[in-house]
Amino acid sequence: MTQTPLLEVRNLSVSFNTEEGVVEAVAGLDLEIAAGEVLAIVGESGSGKSATALTLMGLWRDPNVRISGSARFEGADLVTAGDDELRRIRGERLAMIFQDPMSSLNPVHRVGDQIVEQIRAHREIAAAEARRRAVELLGAVGIPDAATRADSYPHEFSGGMRQRAMIAMALSLEPSLLIADEPTTALDVTIQAQIVDLLRELNRSRGLSIVLITHDIGLVAEIADRVAVMYAGRVVEQGALDEVFYDPQHPYTWGLLGSLTRIDRPRPKRLPQIPGAPPSLLAPPTGCHFRPRCPHEFGRCLETPALESRQSKAPGHLDRCWLRVEEKRRRRQTEREIALDATGEAS
Amino acid sequence: MSGESLLEVRGLVKHFGEGAGLLRRRVEGMRAVDGVDLTVAQGETLGLVGESGSGKSTLCRAILQLVEPNAGTVRFQGRELVGLRQRELRPLRRQMQMVFQDPYASLNPRKRVGDIVGGPLKLHGLASGAELRRQVRELLDRVGLSPEHYGRYPHEFSGGQRQRIGIARALATRPKLILADEPVSALDLSIRAQIVNLLQDLQDEMGLAYLFVAHDIGVVRHVADRIAVMHDGKIVEEGTADRVCEQPRDPYTRKLLAAVPVPDPREARERRAGRAREVHMQSSSHTSG
Repeated sequence: MTQTPLLEVRNLSVSFNTEEGVVEAVAGLDLEIAAGEVLAIVGESGSGKSATALTLMGLWRDPNVRISGSARFEGADLVTAGDDELRRIRGERLAMIFQDPMSSLNPVHRVGDQIVEQIRAHREIAAAEARRRAVELLGAVGIPDAATRADSYPHEFSGGMRQRAMIAMALSLEPSLLIADEPTTALDVTIQAQIVDLLRELNRSRGLSIVLITHDIGLVAEIADRVAVMYAGRVVEQGALDEVFYDPQHPYTWGLLGSLTRIDRPRPKRLPQIPGAPPSLLAPPTGCHFRPRCPHEFGRCLETPALESRQSKAPGHLDRCWLRVEEKRRRRQTEREIALDATGEAS
Repeated sequence: MSGESLLEVRGLVKHFGEGAGLLRRRVEGMRAVDGVDLTVAQGETLGLVGESGSGKSTLCRAILQLVEPNAGTVRFQGRELVGLRQRELRPLRRQMQMVFQDPYASLNPRKRVGDIVGGPLKLHGLASGAELRRQVRELLDRVGLSPEHYGRYPHEFSGGQRQRIGIARALATRPKLILADEPVSALDLSIRAQIVNLLQDLQDEMGLAYLFVAHDIGVVRHVADRIAVMHDGKIVEEGTADRVCEQPRDPYTRKLLAAVPVPDPREARERRAGRAREVHMQSSSHTSG
């Protein structure tokens, strides 16, 4: 990438104090996102994906939270920006949507009025003009009969419609980057598919860059250009969508991809599973955080591997695993053959 | 799959909100469950799939007699459950246990794990004292926990381990049927496969039957012998798991399957291209017609 990235996160660490000790939620995170790109950050609970999103939005500023590193976005550093600067960036240039639309929508105000208010708080335009834009936005996110529905209250909308209204609100000041934290997790699968289509359409037609935070690997495959896989506070693998899905380099990523149920494949008798559970972030293991669950652990794993490209043919495909690339491919192939042997079809 | 049916539901109906509603308004009854037939044979898994509001949770509650059905019959091991008194239901409930979605909410935080798992044994008077403790330790071992966990509290466990505790509790009375209501949907991905495999192992060892209720048709397809798809209170389609997923007949099932994200970028792109072609053909036929 020769172009300056839209967002460039370097060595971001986030830790907070709890009664039981210091939790290192995010450790040395490096990420970048180009203009017009969809980056998915995928991980389980405790992986640090949501802590990353909240930190980037400046929503995690608290005396108990220690943040270090940098996050350059359109000439500002989101880590060190003052409150005023952050308020200006947030909403205007950088917007966020959440799993629960009611975290962004005020239940006692009409949906259209909330968008009008948001626009007029940042722009000097007449109420009628702001109203026209609000209706246009609601239409653009697929709310039918937007001029009438703008006068509805959030509770009069279905879950999917509320999600659309929240997206309209997030887009009202034409931000360049949208952070979407589990935007479809609470929705039924048929509604989820519509919201994913909408996000993809907004990305294509408006060049909106999106950071999608999710635990849903199917969703990632549907929308992302690039993927960062997080585990226990670190990115363990990062690369273009197809690189990560078809040539995963970290045993955690193979494990996850291997344990998925698929409706479009013969079902295995038994699902391949990753043993154990993610570590406590109060006392993460030495070296590679996945080491205690990894069937491929060896002596060197007690040192923390850097997130770097280990193959000259794919310079953008990074991982944190000490195994040699050929060795990984060989072992992954063996695991797949074993799994395949266990399918009813193969026997 | 042995032929004999363990659970047989016929014409089950449950309305809500009929009669005196909020503020004594006369409200039109909503048919949450609207004439459902289903059977679960011994040792088999019936997957029940539906989205929110489909009626699948109400159906489970009506089967368990936690809500009283308005019409229909629920026969379990040949015995009619509808209309039985609590006292008469209790011995049958031993044979029919539940595993819940949320392993955080469904375990009493003040009770030790051993007391939670042993609770049903005590309640039904099946064991006490040293024998009860022995059985609980065996149950803990069977679900992949350690007997040393006996004296610990639920908050000391991860989500996956809590679900194991919930499963051990459900197994305590040696049931024939387990109603599992979204048993893995609250779990992290790397834990989900462990619990799915555990449920299948227990079925093989103990000959359990499952009514496995979930919104995720991918998981259901993996565990179920047969799948029933529920929509607007009705079963719209039923068949073997492979048949329903590979050759869905009902339009709603087709819509549901088409909406499931495929964790495969190439296939996802192909499906999108296919959908776009369809839309294009539809719109061009509109303009020409």
